Amino acid sequence: MQRFLISRVAVLIPTFIGVSIIAFAFIRLLPGDPVQMLAGERVVSPERHAAIMHQLGFDRPLVMQYLSYLWGLLQGDFGTSIVTKRGVLQEFFTLFPATLELSFCAIVIAVCLGVPAGVFAAVKRGSWFDQSVMGAALVGYSMPIFWWGLLLIILFSGVLQWTPVSGRISLLYYFPQATGFMLIDSLMSDQKGAFLSALSHLILPSIVLATIPLAVIARQTRSAMLEVLGEDYVRTAKAKGLSRGRVVGVHALRNALIPVVTTIGLQVGVLMAGAILTESIFSWPGIGKWMVDSVFRRDYPVVQGGLLLIAMIIMFVNLVVDILYGVINPRVRAG
Amino acid sequence: MNSLTRLLAATALTLALGSAASAKTLVYCSEASPEGFDPALYTAGTTFDAASRTVYNRLVEFKHGSTEIEPGLAESWEISEDGTEYTFKLRPDVKFQTTDFFTPTRTLNADDVIFSFERQLKSDNPWNQYVAGASWEYSSGMGFPDLIKSIEKVDDLTVRFTLNRPEAPFLADLAMDFASIMSKEYADQLKEAGNESTLNQQPLGTGPFQFVAYQPDAVIRYKANPDYFKGKQPIDDLIFAITTDASVRAQKLKANECQIFPYPNAADVESLKSDPNLEVPSQEGLNVAYMAYNTTQAPFDKVEVRKALNMAINKQAIIDAVFQGAAVPAKNPIPPTMWSYNDAVEDDPYDPEKAKQMLKDAGVENLSMKIWAMPVSRPYMLNARRAAELMQADLQKVGVSAEIVSYEWGEYLEKSKAKDRDGAAMLGWTGDNGDPDNFLDTLLGCDAVGGNNRAQWCDEEFDALVKKAKTTSDQAERAKLYEQAQMVFKEKAPWLTIDHSTVFMPMQKSVKNFHQDPLGYHRFDDVDIAE
Repeated sequence: MQRFLISRVAVLIPTFIGVSIIAFAFIRLLPGDPVQMLAGERVVSPERHAAIMHQLGFDRPLVMQYLSYLWGLLQGDFGTSIVTKRGVLQEFFTLFPATLELSFCAIVIAVCLGVPAGVFAAVKRGSWFDQSVMGAALVGYSMPIFWWGLLLIILFSGVLQWTPVSGRISLLYYFPQATGFMLIDSLMSDQKGAFLSALSHLILPSIVLATIPLAVIARQTRSAMLEVLGEDYVRTAKAKGLSRGRVVGVHALRNALIPVVTTIGLQVGVLMAGAILTESIFSWPGIGKWMVDSVFRRDYPVVQGGLLLIAMIIMFVNLVVDILYGVINPRVRAG
Repeated sequence: MNSLTRLLAATALTLALGSAASAKTLVYCSEASPEGFDPALYTAGTTFDAASRTVYNRLVEFKHGSTEIEPGLAESWEISEDGTEYTFKLRPDVKFQTTDFFTPTRTLNADDVIFSFERQLKSDNPWNQYVAGASWEYSSGMGFPDLIKSIEKVDDLTVRFTLNRPEAPFLADLAMDFASIMSKEYADQLKEAGNESTLNQQPLGTGPFQFVAYQPDAVIRYKANPDYFKGKQPIDDLIFAITTDASVRAQKLKANECQIFPYPNAADVESLKSDPNLEVPSQEGLNVAYMAYNTTQAPFDKVEVRKALNMAINKQAIIDAVFQGAAVPAKNPIPPTMWSYNDAVEDDPYDPEKAKQMLKDAGVENLSMKIWAMPVSRPYMLNARRAAELMQADLQKVGVSAEIVSYEWGEYLEKSKAKDRDGAAMLGWTGDNGDPDNFLDTLLGCDAVGGNNRAQWCDEEFDALVKKAKTTSDQAERAKLYEQAQMVFKEKAPWLTIDHSTVFMPMQKSVKNFHQDPLGYHRFDDVDIAE
């Protein structure tokens, strides 16, 4: 197990360097630069442009810029936003709890609904339940998030008035953000109703963000279950006279879960991508919206730092998935 | 699930309403996050709404709902005969805000004014680079470091600006956001504690509202300044709920989660108007959309060709298609709400037959040209691509084949400036300070060729008129010069003037006394909300 862990962690180092190069190069490949984007229609004279670029250190050769960026990274310095003039790391950690809270709720919804739906669809293969679940999954998977979010807002917030339109909590509540997780902070505050308000604000965005992962997990669980249900050992278990619940729940599901856990791990990347749109629709102050704004403003330090931090999180989650994989399936450890 | 959410929502709402009754709160669904809270560092209207119009004041101010200047922190001023000395008498006993992060020990004086400007003007000022890469965009862009020779304290309540040359728009410039007056005492305290960058995060001024808290990308909270020199505001709390999507802003207004919001989608305006609880006032924006011919290149160097092309294009059709009517056709380069607007100017009529004839007379046949269309939606032109397609069809009718080109926004701005640019480029402008100079000289003056002057048009007669107006201090005289300049502009037709867009401001009927601002600010001083 130790060797397995060391080999997984060792792979992270070249990945980290690779991602830092891609993140660094990607934003610079886009036409336009921060000075020009800030000025908009207002023309900046070439001299002034050069002076500001010099001030920001963007006139140095790219290799030098990269090396000094990397040197900063090694010391934990992710740079300073050109626009807000605040540290990238500081901004990231102010906004990340919002994204994490939303993503966590979304993945809980996706797993809690997706796995049972997939299992039942597999067990009842070909039934109306199977067909409707798979139909719904296909629709969910192909749904444009932007449209889906607006549709839910118009229906549940506009017509039925069951949920708030957007934001993280009613603006009438105001308390210090100790952890950045609104559900926890609202519980810790002494303001009555704050927690319920935070919870009601979380419902629609979580559903929207959960939609695609839910569809993927349900489909993946179904196909993995179908494969396992046809295996000899399942037939043996049935032949031994084990109850149907035990056969499906213990013998089949545990083995079917291996590819499902991988899928769930991969959904973290999908969640980050989905968060960008979901956060924009629901005015959710997370890192998705922050990244989009920064790309438009060509805020180089924020885009490269943000991308790198998000990549690190995905890398970390994948590492955890790999380890979990080893726990579920001993053959992986040995290999 | 449904009944659970209903229960949750109902509980939250009841509790929320219960706690709301005590203070008058106005929630404004703003369109984006402010870049920071030091208005002199930035150029975006969103930042100005959040920082300068709420927290700060300036020496002179724009009158509510107009571009006229009125006394602000300066109660009076004198301008020397030669127009190079401006002496301001400060209002006595103006208090800076008392907040939980700062308690002032003195009232406003000349030191605050000098501090607010010198940090922007002098590169050796200790506050010049208090945040990395501070470029003081507006102050530098408007040439203040070259224009202002010195700023002196005559006495505690008198301050004198000496200019290197007369500059008539100077007073209007001082009403702009970058000229907001900060507390030197607060800055000194931050410096002592080594927290200089806090000046850009926790603003403190003399304005109608004082800053309480900002949660990035989510909400900004203010409360009324009890010591405001014009008296406390009618509302107690002001909240900016940052909501980037226009459709979501509309839904929030309908649900009364906010009471007012800017920049609705053109398609939502009708449904907002039909809601009995809402009203949707509108005003012509201080902007213009245009298409600039490259007047240095054949055949666009000929006036008659440019005129003919202008007559071939049906502007009203563009306005109907792109703005659903929420704009007016433009005939002058300045909008009708601006002083010196010359209504006597006659626009080139839409007349394809005549246009065809004029092209023929000019010896232009089988012309093919490029139309540059912006890739982004701007307040003055919501959909440049669609507008360009309509122009393309119109030009086809007079035998001109047009190709539409577009680039990514940053590249578009850069490439469209080039002196040898091929074809006609669509672009626009939103006024900064309500002075005609900010349109006429900035966009069409000879100095701006290769820069803002995308028509590369340097006309001696026009340039002489606007340059003269710039150094004349009598406004009536300036207005005459600008009126003449507009005549020359129309005669020589360096642009196709397209439209001035209408700005809508949907709000709950309970919101009282909100004035739409011609400069595009969203100001909440004097605004009240009916209980």
